[in-house]
Amino acid sequence: MKTSHITTLAGVAVAASVLVAGCATAPSPTSAELDALATQTIMSSFRDQGIAKVDRLKQDLGQSACSSDKPPSDAVAQRIMEEAKTSIKWPADGQYFGDFAAGERLAQNGRGATWTDAPGSANGGNCYNCHQISKAEVSYGNIGPSLYQYGKNRGISDVAAPTALPIIQYTWTKLYNSKAYAACSNMPRFGHVGLLDEKQMRDLMSLLLDPRSPVNQ
Amino acid sequence: MKTASLCAGLLALAGMALAGPLAAQTKSAADGIAEYRAMLADGNPAELFEARGQELWKTKRGPKNADMSQCDLGKGPGVVKGAFVELPRWFADTQKVQDLESRLLTCMTTLQGIEAKAVTEERFGRGEQRHMEGLVAWISAESRGMKMNLPQSHAQEKLSYEIGKRAFFYRGGTHDFSCASCHSAEGQRIRLQDLPNLTKNPGDGVGFAAWPAYRVSSGELWGMQRRLNDCFRQQRFPYPGYASDVTIALGTYMGVNAKGAASIAPSIKR
Repeated sequence: MKTSHITTLAGVAVAASVLVAGCATAPSPTSAELDALATQTIMSSFRDQGIAKVDRLKQDLGQSACSSDKPPSDAVAQRIMEEAKTSIKWPADGQYFGDFAAGERLAQNGRGATWTDAPGSANGGNCYNCHQISKAEVSYGNIGPSLYQYGKNRGISDVAAPTALPIIQYTWTKLYNSKAYAACSNMPRFGHVGLLDEKQMRDLMSLLLDPRSPVNQ
Repeated sequence: MKTASLCAGLLALAGMALAGPLAAQTKSAADGIAEYRAMLADGNPAELFEARGQELWKTKRGPKNADMSQCDLGKGPGVVKGAFVELPRWFADTQKVQDLESRLLTCMTTLQGIEAKAVTEERFGRGEQRHMEGLVAWISAESRGMKMNLPQSHAQEKLSYEIGKRAFFYRGGTHDFSCASCHSAEGQRIRLQDLPNLTKNPGDGVGFAAWPAYRVSSGELWGMQRRLNDCFRQQRFPYPGYASDVTIALGTYMGVNAKGAASIAPSIKR
């Protein structure tokens, strides 16, 4: 089979023929054929359970381009970041801040979106799974960078000061769609995917940036 | 199993909970967890599951009223020792690469006449799945201390590895997670839980060489199928079929990467 003819459907045919052949003399499948086989294997192995449906396996550009041990080309990475930037929805009335105590509770909460979560249940932020945040919490993960003293380290002493706006918008963007600054970021796209609503995002903004937040002590 | 040592382990667990954040700060979290595991390992309740599995292997069951003693786990009918560290592998009779659980499923259906869906559609920890837990505990224990050594000579074994690798890096779902999000770098943690790097040999008794395992937190024995099932749940993926092709391919990928790692299965986990 010519590589140029490979489509998803052809991939299924390849999958069938390679699986049936199953002998050492068969020619080694090409990388594109292996990709098609892997996709076919994944698609046929899962089923819906609760709120976790098989449509979650369908990838967008960012997911598929970041699905190997090699990063995407610079051009593809740029496109992912540009698309992410245009996806950002700024908060209503330019109000970026809420309640840092509610933000801390949200950061602690690792629930949501699994097949054991009830439909319509609120999602947690999962933040401590990957980040250090408030100093008092010693059970934190390290896949993401430490966010302890996040605002203080960035010189935020008054969130209403005009000089604070670039950091505020950067942080909102990072929470809303982390792929705006790193095409293959490990961080979920909390706002873009609708995992967190605007109120929840405001609470997290306060946790990170409010000088009174435990994060900035 | 010594009841006294299990109690000591549980007391140690209670002690850790009471000591709380202060203890975690004075000594690294990983050290504390390692000590706790070492204390528990002295009385690993997986032994109870192993005993059940050993008994089940020679128990006549199913519509054919047959035992499992002629089951071929890859090293010939009835050979159990050393089989675990070479799975998943290619089987000529089924024309498939199979992991331990899918192979046991084949034996249960062909030798004993048990319906496949009585196993694949059963909830973990119930019915035929309970039988499966015992069998994987005993069979893995028979290879304890042996080094992972999955064959990669058959074209289908190589193919399984390549598909498994792609599945490992496949991002999807609401959170954009893949297996690699957590398991492709050294020294990473979710909260205080260490995450082995499964793209290479993570070391003796770590990752693939540590499952099946007894989980203290739930009092259950988890085989690799259940381990992967719960990973996918936390990954926010849909539900992987029991013994589905993707789970077997992932087993091949992790198992081949772990070549040379000594197996401690069935191990004990928090």
